[in-house]
Amino acid sequence: MFGLDKKDTTLLIVVTALVVLAPFILNPFPADSALAQFNAGYPDLMQRFVIFGIFAIGFNLLFGLTGYLSFGHAAFLGVGSYAAVWMFKLLSYNVVPAIVLAVIVAGLFSVLIGYVSLRRSGIYFSILTLAFAQMSYNLAYSVLTPITNGETGLQVYSNDPQILKGDGPDVTHLFGLEMGSAYTLDIGPWSFVFSAGYYFCAIFMLVAFYLAIRIFRSPFGLMLRAVKSNQQRMAYTGLNTRPYTLAAFVISGMYAGLAGGLMAAMDPLAGAERMQWTASGEVVLMTILGGAGTLIGPVLGAGFIKYFENIFSKINDSVLHQWFSFMPDGMEDFMVFIVHPFIGKGWHLTLGILFMLVVIFLPGGLVEGGQRIAAWLRGRGKKPAGGSGDPEHHPKPAPHVAE
Amino acid sequence: MGILEVKNVSKNFGGLKALSDVNLSVRENTVHAIIGPNGAGKSTLLNCLVGKLIPDTGSVMFDGQSVLGRHPYEINQMGISRVFQTPEIFGDLTVLENMMIPILAKRDGTFELNALTSIGSQKDVIERAEHMLEEMSMADKRHFHSGSLSRGDKRRLEIAMCLSQEPRLLLLDEPTAGMARADTNNTIDLLKQIKEERDITIAIIEHDMHVVFSLAERITVLAQGTPLVEDTPENIKGHPKVREAYLGESA
Ligand SMILES: Nc1ncnc2c1ncn2[C@@H]1O[C@H](COP(=O)(O)OP(=O)(O)OP(=O)(O)O)[C@@H](O)[C@H]1O
Ligand SMILES: [Mg+2]
Repeated sequence: MFGLDKKDTTLLIVVTALVVLAPFILNPFPADSALAQFNAGYPDLMQRFVIFGIFAIGFNLLFGLTGYLSFGHAAFLGVGSYAAVWMFKLLSYNVVPAIVLAVIVAGLFSVLIGYVSLRRSGIYFSILTLAFAQMSYNLAYSVLTPITNGETGLQVYSNDPQILKGDGPDVTHLFGLEMGSAYTLDIGPWSFVFSAGYYFCAIFMLVAFYLAIRIFRSPFGLMLRAVKSNQQRMAYTGLNTRPYTLAAFVISGMYAGLAGGLMAAMDPLAGAERMQWTASGEVVLMTILGGAGTLIGPVLGAGFIKYFENIFSKINDSVLHQWFSFMPDGMEDFMVFIVHPFIGKGWHLTLGILFMLVVIFLPGGLVEGGQRIAAWLRGRGKKPAGGSGDPEHHPKPAPHVAE
Repeated sequence: MGILEVKNVSKNFGGLKALSDVNLSVRENTVHAIIGPNGAGKSTLLNCLVGKLIPDTGSVMFDGQSVLGRHPYEINQMGISRVFQTPEIFGDLTVLENMMIPILAKRDGTFELNALTSIGSQKDVIERAEHMLEEMSMADKRHFHSGSLSRGDKRRLEIAMCLSQEPRLLLLDEPTAGMARADTNNTIDLLKQIKEERDITIAIIEHDMHVVFSLAERITVLAQGTPLVEDTPENIKGHPKVREAYLGESA
């Protein structure tokens, strides 16, 4: 279906179902229960899931396929946000022109940075992209203040032209459908929120995901994997590797621009901190944590990081005291003392440890974890196959790429 | 006129004269061996033919066109394919995927943004790739991870990839170096079979005299960057200059 084989179609359908039903799936706990703090089904967080999902899917098209590790992708996201907010300022709060311009501007910007950075590979490429992104970040704070509004961040003011606004809404909207509008469904103690903004972003994520599958399975995608595998052989096979890597770079830059545009569409602000190196590093973590070079990995990684960031940073000492209140007093204080550094602002410590554990024990990321569990379950179902010769000395059939 | 004409080519590395005034003519549809002791400049010469190195002086003409100053991928598109001393394949990809890449490169040129068609729909490419693998008796391995193949099979795959592009000139740099006798003999048979079945010119650099005398129709002996003699294998065998250059080595 849609030009995909059976396996990919199944994957796309499963992801679509999960995304559409997310408001239910992410809110498993009744609103007034103690576990409600683990719910993630509120619009703001769900929007972040899909927006960072898009960012990571795009990043993976570059890193997962070609092996070129960009450390400056947040620059494209930031540029996308600025472009979108400018559209709000100049035209109206309609998100369509904002997102179109965000993608175009990020695309152009990535042609420029990609053209220069791709003259080098490996660590030098990474450093070049990092340098460009930091340069953009610093420029946004200094000489580019007329465009970026410096430290205050770019936002829409009442005296902005907004020439197409007429009497349209004063918040971001899609031809009148306000991004902030939501419908709440109460079933018993449960409460499910369906937000227009979330579904708007979700549609983009599904399209982005679908296009990524198509790219993975295309001759172009094969060439990108060839770039990663052996550039020397490519050159002596009559292929010019430069345009391939540049095209991958620009496509992934446009994905980042789309993510930035959507961020602005959800909340019409843009600040330079979106371009900071920590933001670039985060998408690297998401992709590797989920499984670089796999289709679903980056989405999982983005969801995983954003979910735990949200949960862990919300937990504070009083919550901890509640949790451990069943313990004797001294013990309770001790446990709170131990756990304290990993929560709230200490969330990054937790993330760092999780990341190290994944990289050490699951080099293929969460996807590999899933595959191992699946293999284990299957192995338990069947009797162990005996006497299959010595697998060591036979070349293994390759796993289907990008499960 | 040969299909490949090398005229007065010199190449210095710093003070070292790797090639001085090399002339070489490879006739179409022959197997031409280039032999010579270590450091004679054989690989340097080959690198000048494929665009990896640019000679300091002289000219290299392939089929009447100069290759100098062109990128390796352009020279490949002109019809020269190269096999490396250690097999260079796409080790992360399957054997079949490896086979498809040169076929796509031949069909679509140096770059094609073919991002939304599926590989599965490229029936002609897959068919050609599978056909080529069958011809090379590798069809049973088509879904193997190519990085896990034996060295002999990697070499076979690399040669298959080159041949799938129907090159007019195939260059091989010590294709049997480091191979066991059995693998060497397989490679010799493979090259013989290739030569019999198609119109192709082969230039081969080789240390192993057994390989050279089994395949070559013409031999150029290179020593210290200059060609000593060029002749048929029969004449080369007893040539005094060659014996001198190879003193101590098997001939
Ligand atoms: N890139 C380079 N820089 C400096 N010197 C080089 C370079 N490449 C080759 N040489 C030198 O040029 C000379 C010829 O080298 P070349 O590799 O062409 O010899 P060869 O005939 O292929 O030898 P072998 O049989 O060992 O492969 C050698 O002395 C080598 O050290
Ligand atoms: Mg050599």
